[in-house]
Amino acid sequence: MTSVERTDVLIVGTGFGGAIAAYHLAAGGAKVVMLERGPWLGTDDFEHDYKLGSSYTRIFDFVVGDGMSTLGGNCVGGGSVVYFAAMPRAPRFVFDRKGSIARRMWPSAITRDTLDPWYDRVAESIPITQQGWEDASYSGGLWAAACNHAGRTANPVPAAVDTTKCTNCNWMMAGCRFEAKQSLLFNYLPAALAHGAEIKPLHEVQKISKNEDGDYRVHYLRVDDEDYRETTGSGTIDAKIVVIAAGAAATPVILQRSEATLGPMPHAVGRYFSGNGERLNTAVLNEDRVRDVLGLDRGDGLAYAANQIGKGPTVANWDRLDGSLPEYSRYSLEQLYFPPGLGTILALTGGADPSWFGPDKKEMLARWRSWLIIFQMIEDDNEGVFGPPPERGNADRLSQQMLGIGRLSYKPTLNTSAAWAMADADVKDILERDGLATVTPWTNDLVGAYTVHPLASCRIGDDPHTSALDDGHELRGHPGIFVTDGSAVPGALTVNPAMTISALAERAIPGIVRAAQERGVAVTYGAPAPSGATNGRAGVQPLIPALLRK
Amino acid sequence: MRPQTSDDPQTRTMTLEAFADTIIPGEKRSSDDRAIAGAAPGGGAVAAGALELLEWDATGVSGGLDDFARALNTHAQAHTAEFGLPTDDTVPPFVALSYEERSAVVKRLTAPGHPEKALWVSLALFCNMSYDSAAHMSTADAIAAGHPGLTSMGVTTPDADGLWRFPNFSYGRPLAALHPDTTASGSPA
Repeated sequence: MTSVERTDVLIVGTGFGGAIAAYHLAAGGAKVVMLERGPWLGTDDFEHDYKLGSSYTRIFDFVVGDGMSTLGGNCVGGGSVVYFAAMPRAPRFVFDRKGSIARRMWPSAITRDTLDPWYDRVAESIPITQQGWEDASYSGGLWAAACNHAGRTANPVPAAVDTTKCTNCNWMMAGCRFEAKQSLLFNYLPAALAHGAEIKPLHEVQKISKNEDGDYRVHYLRVDDEDYRETTGSGTIDAKIVVIAAGAAATPVILQRSEATLGPMPHAVGRYFSGNGERLNTAVLNEDRVRDVLGLDRGDGLAYAANQIGKGPTVANWDRLDGSLPEYSRYSLEQLYFPPGLGTILALTGGADPSWFGPDKKEMLARWRSWLIIFQMIEDDNEGVFGPPPERGNADRLSQQMLGIGRLSYKPTLNTSAAWAMADADVKDILERDGLATVTPWTNDLVGAYTVHPLASCRIGDDPHTSALDDGHELRGHPGIFVTDGSAVPGALTVNPAMTISALAERAIPGIVRAAQERGVAVTYGAPAPSGATNGRAGVQPLIPALLRK
Repeated sequence: MRPQTSDDPQTRTMTLEAFADTIIPGEKRSSDDRAIAGAAPGGGAVAAGALELLEWDATGVSGGLDDFARALNTHAQAHTAEFGLPTDDTVPPFVALSYEERSAVVKRLTAPGHPEKALWVSLALFCNMSYDSAAHMSTADAIAAGHPGLTSMGVTTPDADGLWRFPNFSYGRPLAALHPDTTASGSPA
């Protein structure tokens, strides 16, 4: 028998929440081990290939639930490797949202003003490009022109993309082959490794228990590197501090499964899930009208026909991000690319009898190059609830990779449905003007609603009844366990959430460091950005005393 | 002679082909092709390789294909009886249906509330994937071979190293006014 493996800090997951915590704790002197359920791929492993078993299916996970399906990363670097790298900050009004609890859902200590220095810290650590119109893809430009034609504004979206390296291949979800996307593989994670942190890929954490000495024991299964349905062993690691950042579709499942060994979980574990209010519309453009009405021309004889070209979302309409409007009527409308494989089946044909299959759908697919996909992010009602956990992981895996059946149930409330209907109508109004396009929403009848940004399933808050974590991200009733991923975000943000997840993770670090110190770990807070830059650190310094006040 | 069980390979193949052809229809391979209904010109999911993909154990559905085919024929029989449709004992019951009736069965099986919905949606998902992304073969090979789905969708040919690059990607000029409340870093205020 080998001796019990021990570390100071055990981190579950290597996405934004895990990588940020790993870097700061390792840089501060703690021994850090990170467990990642997915594989560890590098630049040369990222393929442009839809074949099952290529990087696209190895690092991307699609979990079907009852009324809501979630998409997320499944690799070292987590969501940062597969995401489209849009990094806007959340608008000011979001922090005053009341949502389903009829009182402010965010901790009183967090506003846009108090979060901005933490956003700055992230922006110094993950290079974010403020894109200009010259960076906007044809599809982004088309969306901007259509918005303009309808009397709306449109903005290039800030993105963690080095535009000098980007080839606009639109394969971001399979990992970036050109090192243009500034994923965590290029900043927080290598910096954490340089400070001695260890990453163990293909280690899927199942549950946590507590030892007699007060340390936690984290139980994992080793996952086969090709067929994720198979496991190849098991083990445990003891730690004084546990940081869970497995993603909002997995973190609550691990905690639910730990209830038998750790004791009761806060009521909000596995409740208040938000899909970030996401929904997609497909516009099929009339190329002649694009030229005649919008005056667009690629210079090669084509007006548009460029669905395949680009780098995910490049332009968004933010006209409804207005704090004076009532809750559930504020949303952004973002041009997006969604790859084939999962990105066409839910699109509905137009006409009197919309269908997701059949001859009309085939004709619609024949016009795929003229598709423009618009991504809505409305304010939903945190109506998702996780049922009892599956045997292992967060899903019963159907395919060797990518596809599984989870336990999330989501029945949209009238607020959510009405907000989607309002956003649908808005997209139609903008894109069907003067015969530009035919617009249809994706169906929610097949796999329910769907989100690429699962949130809030283990959220922070001031009220113990409606939040699983205190405003320092510590799990209520379980001192020394922290959650720093998207599940900690209280609710839908009306914009892409990676920047806010990261800023909240940065903000949680001083409290985690203090908890580690209290458990005898020799660790300090105050590392610079992974690049060595120090402006961000200086910016948050005045906020730290208030953060550490108990 | 009518095959008696869905375990019969020919029955199973014809039934699954007819299902795939309902999702993305195509033209008949020959005048006596019964599995493909011929509801659309050009190759559909069957020509795209739906059966190859379904039979691959990586999908997780390959082990259940006998059951899928058997259940589909049972549903088709019930549908035929319910609507008093003509029967044809020379082919499996689902194959005997017209394209419109096959569609009606698929619509019913994949509708919210149907107890077997998740199974039929997963089968449909892979049929669709065989067409929209040729998930059973390398994408570059599929394009080079004239894969019907990728070709019809207009997916372009990659560079010689199998990677896509689009040097021309932008209209390159301002196309709308920015939102007045945009911050210096490009975010909403």
